[in-house]
Amino acid sequence: MLRVSRIIKIFNARTINEKVALHNVSFKLEKGDFATLIGGNGSGKSTLLNCIAGVYPADRGSIFIDGKDMTKLCEYRRAAFLGRVFQDPMMGTASDMGIEENLALALRRGKIRGLRWGITNKEREHYKKLLKDLGLGLEARLGTKVGLLSGGQRQALTLLMATIKRPKLLLLDEHAAALDPRTAKKVMKLTDRIIEEENLTTLMVTHNMRDAIKHGNRLMMMYEGRIILDIKGREKQKLTVEDLLERFEDISGEEFADDRTLLSQ
Amino acid sequence: MAAVSLGLLWAIITTGVYITYRILSIADLTVEGSVVTGAAIAAITITRGFNPYLAVAFSFFGGVGAGLITGLLHTKLKIPSLLSGILTMIALYSINLRIMGKANISLLRIDTVYTVFENTGLSSMLSVIILGIIFVGCLIGILYWFFGTEIGSAIRATGSNPQMVRAQGINTNTTIILGLMISNGLVAIGGALIAQSQRFSDIQMGIGSIVIGLASVIIGEVLFGRRNFASRLLSLVLGAIVYRIIIALVLRLGMPANDLKLFTAITVAIALSLPVFRSYLEPLRKSVKRNK
Ligand SMILES: Nc1ncnc2c1ncn2[C@@H]1O[C@H](COP(=O)(O)OP(=O)(O)OP(=O)(O)O)[C@@H](O)[C@H]1O
Ligand SMILES: [Mg+2]
Repeated sequence: MLRVSRIIKIFNARTINEKVALHNVSFKLEKGDFATLIGGNGSGKSTLLNCIAGVYPADRGSIFIDGKDMTKLCEYRRAAFLGRVFQDPMMGTASDMGIEENLALALRRGKIRGLRWGITNKEREHYKKLLKDLGLGLEARLGTKVGLLSGGQRQALTLLMATIKRPKLLLLDEHAAALDPRTAKKVMKLTDRIIEEENLTTLMVTHNMRDAIKHGNRLMMMYEGRIILDIKGREKQKLTVEDLLERFEDISGEEFADDRTLLSQ
Repeated sequence: MAAVSLGLLWAIITTGVYITYRILSIADLTVEGSVVTGAAIAAITITRGFNPYLAVAFSFFGGVGAGLITGLLHTKLKIPSLLSGILTMIALYSINLRIMGKANISLLRIDTVYTVFENTGLSSMLSVIILGIIFVGCLIGILYWFFGTEIGSAIRATGSNPQMVRAQGINTNTTIILGLMISNGLVAIGGALIAQSQRFSDIQMGIGSIVIGLASVIIGEVLFGRRNFASRLLSLVLGAIVYRIIIALVLRLGMPANDLKLFTAITVAIALSLPVFRSYLEPLRKSVKRNK
């Protein structure tokens, strides 16, 4: 489904601030895989997701989604294949526009937009049903400006928008990290449900080791721009936080020192 | 009455400014040039014997072209939007001079868009008002429809959150360019109608138009609220008219005409900085409350 091969990304090349954010990263996701991606601050997780989404081009390497070469496509063209949710709840929605208007923008992802009316009444019924399934009471507030919603409500809506067109690949970048623990839990539950119902191929970045272990069928760990661990299947099911820390130290030769990750255990 | 007729024509320019400033969140200075482009194209085509309504259509496309240039500078060449607008504005000064061939063209004793109404015995001012209402009415209808369509929604979303818009598969370069083209097309229509009502086109007539447009947008929002899109569009028209009434009043109160631009600039500066003052006042108000 997703094939990333030998991606290199260098920021500020040939300056004193040169930073190799991705070193020859290669991996594959099979159809229906739900992989969690964990790693310390600055290990390159967001950069990897941004390269896949085409926010900026990779310096070398190639990216295929469902057999199609994405490497040279720009961000808005790749969007037809992707669903994305960001860490910042502000990022995924247009705050000056209503809930239904945001959903309508998402529903037309990958289609040519013309002079047809931006929202149809038939769609509205569909949105009401989807919003009702979220269980946040948003179905009664279709016209409400998204800027008035709480962070958790916005992330739930963004998740709905990301999956409304059944993307080939869902990219989640710490989408629950900015929320309070209770809301974060709710959003993670919702994420699990949607991914399972739609059988979505997913790559989810998280800082929370427990979440990384609990969710998905596969766990990858990044360190200094490389994927250093890739644990699948039964091995992943049996994994504990202690195992993970130990294996990290074995490979990297240092202690896992990321305050956010350790605190959130 | 004069204020109303002038206000109606300026309302068209105000809607253009609104599209860039509020919908796209870009302060587009191209306006200063495209007002004149509209006037220049109308003046030159009318004096060459074209139908005045056709002349307005030509003006529209001239403005659209100006917007396209600014849009390309900004999106393809990555020049900051403010600077892109300034570059086009400066370039347009020369281009407008070339279009007109001289610094101003008189339209006295020539049929204009208003002649049809004047021929029925109406005064020239009433003719301007009637034509202004027709144009503004159509404009509000068309814009209300357009910004409700798929493309229109995409343009609105671009001003709100371009990152999200790209993630939804929309080319934000296209939506920005489109918005700038429509905006400057409208501004040029305004320029064409104003030139015909004052019966001359002048290379200087665009100076300060961005500030006048902003002032009208803000007056409209402050006085008439901003509930839904239709009422916002209407508030632009009312804002443009109220601005003209205010100007007429301060002139009558004895302000020298030369100080008008200074007056407008200060008014807009104050209006734009209101949120800052409010944020200073808010803690003050709260502490006063607490001490009660
Ligand atoms: N736009 C950029 N310009 C320059 N350097 C960048 C840019 N984006 C990321 N970097 C650098 O690349 C490295 C990887 O950053 P990235 O954001 O991918 O890390 P991350 O794993 O997502 O970290 P975090 O857990 O803090 O989100 C960091 O050293 C970062 O400073
Ligand atoms: Mg990150």
